[in-house]
Amino acid sequence: MAEALRLEGLVKDYGEAVRTRVLHGVDLTVRQGEFTALIGPSGSGKSTLLNLIGLLDRPTAGRVVVAGQDTGLLDDDGLTGCRGRGIGFVFQFHHLLPEFSALENVMMPMMAAQRRQTPEMAASAARLLGDVGLGAFLQRRAPLLSGGQQQRVAIARALSMNPGLVLADEPTGNLDTASADEIFALLRRFNRQAGTTFLVVTHDPRLAARCDRIIELVDGRITSDRPNHREGT
Amino acid sequence: MPFELFVALRFLREGRAQTALILAGTTVGVAVIVFLSALISGLQVTLIDQTLSVQPHVTLRRPDRLLRQAPAGDGEAVLSRLEKVPEREKSVEQWKPLMARIRAAPGVVAATPIAAGAAFASRGEVVKAVALRGLEPETFEGVIKLAGRMKTGRFHVEGSEAVLGAALAHDLGLEVGDKVRVASPEGRAEIFTVSGIFDIGNKDVNQRWLLVSLRQAQTLLDLAGGITTVEAKVDEIFSADAVAGRLSAATGLAAESWMRQNQQLLSGLQAQSSSSIMIQVFVIIAVALGIASVLGVSVIQKSGEIGILRATGTPTAVVKRIFLIEGALVGTVGSLLGGLIGAGLASFFAHAVKNPYGESLFPIELTPRLFATAAAVALVTGLLAAWYPARHAARLDPATVIRHG
Repeated sequence: MAEALRLEGLVKDYGEAVRTRVLHGVDLTVRQGEFTALIGPSGSGKSTLLNLIGLLDRPTAGRVVVAGQDTGLLDDDGLTGCRGRGIGFVFQFHHLLPEFSALENVMMPMMAAQRRQTPEMAASAARLLGDVGLGAFLQRRAPLLSGGQQQRVAIARALSMNPGLVLADEPTGNLDTASADEIFALLRRFNRQAGTTFLVVTHDPRLAARCDRIIELVDGRITSDRPNHREGT
Repeated sequence: MPFELFVALRFLREGRAQTALILAGTTVGVAVIVFLSALISGLQVTLIDQTLSVQPHVTLRRPDRLLRQAPAGDGEAVLSRLEKVPEREKSVEQWKPLMARIRAAPGVVAATPIAAGAAFASRGEVVKAVALRGLEPETFEGVIKLAGRMKTGRFHVEGSEAVLGAALAHDLGLEVGDKVRVASPEGRAEIFTVSGIFDIGNKDVNQRWLLVSLRQAQTLLDLAGGITTVEAKVDEIFSADAVAGRLSAATGLAAESWMRQNQQLLSGLQAQSSSSIMIQVFVIIAVALGIASVLGVSVIQKSGEIGILRATGTPTAVVKRIFLIEGALVGTVGSLLGGLIGAGLASFFAHAVKNPYGESLFPIELTPRLFATAAAVALVTGLLAAWYPARHAARLDPATVIRHG
């Protein structure tokens, strides 16, 4: 199976006068279609790692290779383009744009890429929202949706550019158990149907147990990386 | 619709209170600029119009005679004192060919010959000193509009007809159809019939001008077919000085523009313009600071959204453009609203505040150029004011704003 992501000796330091090393040479390869859980205690560097993989930040040292492309060679606009085309994000707090409807939020990455809006984009976004069960809420403003519905819109947005890799930072962390299960099942369904690679940060061992692979990060180092044979729900 | 415009419009629409605040600031600023400019331009145009309604833009006359000092012989010294010779009305020689050259000169729209001099007008026991002006009615009207200023009668000076100012007619007890005797200081006299009485809105002119035909004035002033001045009108009033210089060089006559004759008025107008420009500059600065501060707050409030836009593939240049477009939109809409309000306010003042003669105390000058200038100033101000917040927005680190926001 081809690799979706490769990290080589990834180091990240913060601070000017006093430098704090958050990641200590992380090596990792994620293959296409994998559904991977990234677990670890708070402050272990999970979000920092996700930001580096998502090209929102640059590493102090090491390489991030997404779909075979070494992103260290790209300038800021190159990173933005690569991010827009190849990586989808689902955040804990959904981070929808409150000024826009559910449909427009899902269209946003497509519009940003082409700098315009087309009926095809609207049709594609409507289809995705239908897939996440929000076909009846296309024109509803984001703040008027429930927490679970907002996270569904965020998932549809993350998938709108048909990315090879979706990064989810505690996508169910802000939801009740029933909603969390629904969202997780939704992510899993897209993974299986479209073969999209998912890297999911979670604190919930119950959800981690339903992933193909579980990686544990402690103090900026991968301390455990194991396949999970009990997944399947 | 372009993506940047779509997002900018939505941000403006959803940030109602902030948008209303910026728009109100821009609108008030532009309204003040339009109102002030319309008022001051109107006042200046009226002042100039009133001044030039009785005055030609350029007056050409024969230059003073140059007196030459007697040359001294060998070993001699000459003690001399040059005194200006008192001259009778100086006649411009060969004026008919000159008229054609003056009329054809660049910038000149009309020119008329005038035979002018001092005279006495009398009726019965009453004698008044007058400024006798002999003219050609058909060309005179091209330089000074008088036909429309007639109080009674008509502007007609053929044969022994005369037209005079309302105050002079009042002093002499004259009405249209009455006879008036006009005599030169040398004693030549002629009886004229009053064909019209004008009120030109200038007390001195109304009290002193007595207009007759060119031929009659030449006879009374003993000019023998000559004229004293050529009076010209130019296409652009503030080019009168330059046109006067060119005409003087081309004709050998002494030329004086209305600007030279009214230097105090010009200084006053310039001072007025300077104060108006200063007020407008301060208003523009206030508007720019208002737009910049409200957009700055908007960028801080929207930093989360900006982070999301960046995370979902929006380049920094596009984020910057979104906020620049917001500034430009606010500037454009503000200039439209401000232009309308300013024009409405100016029109209201012009119609509401009038003097006892029914003339506006606040004449206004609303031109397409004024609106275009105000719109351009508002647009540029909006763009400049939005530049710093836009740059700040583009520089926001998406990872940081998403984490905190």
